Amino acid sequence: MNLWVLLAINSVSFGGLLFLLSAGFSLIFGLMRIPNLTHGSFFMLGAYIGVTLLGLGLDFWSAALLSALAIAAIGGAIERLLLRRLQGQELAQVLLTLGLSFMIADLCLMRWGGDPLSLDAPPALAQRVAILSFQFPVYRLAMVLVAVAVAAGLWLMLERTRLGAMIRAGVDDAPMARVMGIRVSRLFTTVFCLGAGLAGFAGVIGGPILSVYPGLDGDMLPLALIVVILGGTGSLLGSLVGSFVIAFLYNFGQAKLQELSYIILFLPMLLVLVLRPQGLFGRKAP
Amino acid sequence: MRARTAAAIALAALVSLPLWVANPYYVNIASQVLIYAIFALGLNVLVGYAGLVSLGHAGLFGLATYTVAWLVASGTGQLAAAVAALAMAVAMSAVFALLALRATGIGFLMITLALGQIVWGIAYRWISLTNGDNGINLGTRPMPFGIPLASASNFYVFTVIAFLLALAAMAVFVRSPLGASLRGARDQPRRMTALGYNVWLIRFLGFLFSGFWTGVAGLLFGYYHQFVSPQVLHLTASAEVLLMVISGGTGTLLGPIAGAALVVAMKTVASAYIERWNLVLGAIFVAIIVLMPEGLVPGSVRLWRWAWRWLLASPASAAGQRP
Amino acid sequence: MTALDVRELAKSFGGLRVTANVNLAVAPGERRLIIGPNGAGKTTLFNLITGELTPDAGSVHLFGRDITGIASRRRPHLGLARTYQIITLFPRDTLLQNVVLALLGLSRLRWNPLLPLGSQRHLRELARAALARVGLEAIAERPLSETSYGERRRVEIAMALAQNPRVLLLDEPFAGLSTDERRDVQRLLASIPREVTIVMIEHDMDVALEFAERITLLHFGEVIVEGTRAEVVKDPRTREVYLGA
Repeated sequence: MNLWVLLAINSVSFGGLLFLLSAGFSLIFGLMRIPNLTHGSFFMLGAYIGVTLLGLGLDFWSAALLSALAIAAIGGAIERLLLRRLQGQELAQVLLTLGLSFMIADLCLMRWGGDPLSLDAPPALAQRVAILSFQFPVYRLAMVLVAVAVAAGLWLMLERTRLGAMIRAGVDDAPMARVMGIRVSRLFTTVFCLGAGLAGFAGVIGGPILSVYPGLDGDMLPLALIVVILGGTGSLLGSLVGSFVIAFLYNFGQAKLQELSYIILFLPMLLVLVLRPQGLFGRKAP
Repeated sequence: MRARTAAAIALAALVSLPLWVANPYYVNIASQVLIYAIFALGLNVLVGYAGLVSLGHAGLFGLATYTVAWLVASGTGQLAAAVAALAMAVAMSAVFALLALRATGIGFLMITLALGQIVWGIAYRWISLTNGDNGINLGTRPMPFGIPLASASNFYVFTVIAFLLALAAMAVFVRSPLGASLRGARDQPRRMTALGYNVWLIRFLGFLFSGFWTGVAGLLFGYYHQFVSPQVLHLTASAEVLLMVISGGTGTLLGPIAGAALVVAMKTVASAYIERWNLVLGAIFVAIIVLMPEGLVPGSVRLWRWAWRWLLASPASAAGQRP
Repeated sequence: MTALDVRELAKSFGGLRVTANVNLAVAPGERRLIIGPNGAGKTTLFNLITGELTPDAGSVHLFGRDITGIASRRRPHLGLARTYQIITLFPRDTLLQNVVLALLGLSRLRWNPLLPLGSQRHLRELARAALARVGLEAIAERPLSETSYGERRRVEIAMALAQNPRVLLLDEPFAGLSTDERRDVQRLLASIPREVTIVMIEHDMDVALEFAERITLLHFGEVIVEGTRAEVVKDPRTREVYLGA
C-alpha cells in the first residue's frame, strides 16, 4: 500500500510539472499549428541556467523566474528571426525546431558537461511533512501548488484579458483573426515567448526531482507531445487533465512494467493521431 | 552526353576504389557513404517522390540491424538472418504505412516520429530482448559464396554491389508507371483520384519499397559495425538521414547520394576536430531550411540546382520523364 | 435509361444545408447546363456526383447503376470524368505527360513498377491523338508551366476526354478565358460526339446558353427551375433568383 501511495504522490506532482511543460506547448501548437520540437530543449536549458544561477547565489524562486525570462527571450528571438521567415510552411518550421533542438542540446553539453547536475529545492521546502501515517516530501506538494497557481493564472489570462481573447481567436481560426485586425504575427511571437518561458520555468521547478542531465530534453519532449495530443491542442483543460493521466501512466509504467513503459506511454498518442489526425491538426488530409 | 561520360567515369572510379585507395580507413569511409546513400535513397522515395516526410525511418533501419544481429547472435545462418531482417523491415513498413498514411504533412511526420520512438523505446527498454544500451554483437561478417568480408576492400566491393543494385532498382522504379503515379499523387492527389488512381495504395506501395531498401541499408550497417545499439534507432538518426536527403536535393536520384557523402564526410571530418557533431548537424539543418524559401518538398535545393543542371543535362528529360 | 440520375440528394455541413433534395435526370447525349448564383451549391453537387463528398441522403446513378456507395477513385473507371474550376494539372510535366497520366489512370499498367513509362509508345500516341482533338498537338512537348491559361483548360478537357467518359462534368470551363480562348473551347465542346453526355456548370451566360439544351437552376442548394433553355430563360423565377425577390 505504501508503494501505491508514494507512486500516487509522485504522479500528482509529476503531473503538475508536466502541466507547466505542456501548457506552453499546447498553446504554441494550437495557435501556430506546429509541434515545437525545441520545447524539451527549452526545459533543459532552463534547468541548466537555473543551476548556474543558484551557483551564483540566487535563491530558488528568483532563479526560476530569471531562467524563465531568459528562455522566453531566446524563444522570442527564434520566433522573430527564424520561424517568421517560414511563415505558412509548417513542415519547414517543425524541422527547423528539430534542428534547433540539436544545437541547443550540444551547446548545453559544451557549457555544462556530460555529468548530471543537481538542482536543489529551496531549503525551506526540502523536508518531509507527516500527514496521516505517511511522510510527504514538502517540495512535491509545493510543485502541485505552483502548477495550480500557474494554471489559474493562465486561465485568467485566456478568459479575462484582451490578449487571451486574441489567443483564443487565433487558436480557433488564425486567418479569420487576421482579417478581423488581430496582429497574428505579433501574437505568434508573444505565445512562443510565453510557451518557452513556461518550459524554462518548468525546467527549474523540476530540477529537484529530475536533476539536470544531457538527454533531459529528449526525455521530456515526448511527454509534452503525448499530453497535448491526448488533451487537444490549444486546450488548457486538456493539458491539465492530460498531464495527470500521463504522469500516472509514466510512473506506474516505470514501476511495474519497465520493459514496456515506452509503449504504454506512446500507444494512446499513436491511437489518437491515427484515429483523429484531421481534427487534431485542423486540416483535411487530401 | 556530358552526363553520360561523367556517370561512366564516376561508376568506374566507384567500383575500382580499393585499387587506387590504399588506406583501409578511407575505404571504410567510402563503404559508410554507400550504406547511408542506400538509406537516403530509400527515404527519398517517400520524401522526394511521394512528398511525405518521415521522421521515423531510423526505426526501420535499426529494426533490420537488430533482427540480423539478434538472429546471428543466437546461431541462425547468415542468409536466413538477412532474409528475415529484410522481411521484418518490410513488415514494419507496412505497419508504419497503415498508421501514418491516415494523414499527410505534419500529421504524417508526427505519426512516423511516434512510431520511430516506439521502436527505439523497445530497443532501449526491453532489455531481456535487445540487451538495452549494451547492444548486440554480431560476431563476424557474412561470407557470401565463401568470400570473407573481414577486409575493408572486400567489404567495400560487397557494399558497392548492393549500392549499384539499389541505384538500379531506384532508377527502374522512378521511370516506371508506378513511379509516375507516386509523383502524381505527390503533386495533385485530388486530381489523381479523379483520374481513377488509388492514391492511398500507391503511397502504401511506395512506403514498402522505401522500407525494403532502408532495411538493406540497416543490414549492411550491421555487417559493417558488427554491433548494434539503440542509438541507431534514435530520432537523431532519423533526422540525420533526412538531412542527407534534403541537403542533396530531393528531386533527383543522385541528390540523396551526394547528401549522404556530404553528411558522412562532415561527420568524419567534424569529429576529428570538433567534438560536437550534433551542433553542426543542427546548424546545417537550420541553415538549409531557412535558405530554401520555396519549401522542402518536392523542390530540389536551390543551391545545388545550377550544379546539377550542368552535370546532368537530364538524360531523364530526354527520355520524356519528369523530375 | 438516363445517363446520370440524381435522386433526393442532400448534404449539410453542420447547420448549413448546401444541397437540399436535389433531383436531376440527364438523358444520354444531352447537353445540360447548371446555373445559379454564387454559393448555390453547384460545385458541391458535382463533388457529390463524383464521390469526393459523401451525401447525407439520396443516391447517384450512372446509366442505371447505383454508384452512391462506390469510391470516387472507381467512378472514372465507370465512365465518369470531370474538370475543375481551378486548373490543377502537373506543371512540371509536358502536355503529353499530363495526358499520359490521364490515360494511365484507367490502365492496369499504372501498377507496374518495372517497365519504363517513356517507352510505352501506344500511350504516347493515344495522348498525342487526345491533344490533337483539342488542337494542341503542335505543343505537346512543351512543359505545362509554359502554356497559357486557355491552353491549360484545353489540356484539362483533353485529359478528361482521353478517358473516354460516358458522362463528362465540366465545372466552369470558360472561367478566366479570353474571348478567343472562349471561342476555341466553345468549338471544342461542340465537336464532342453524342456518345458523351455533358453536364456543365457555368456563369458566363452568353457561351453557356448557346451550349445548353436543358437548364437546371440551383439556389441555396435547391432546384428552383428546370426545363429547356427557352423555358428557363422565360421563367419569372429565374429573374427572381438573379435579381433578388
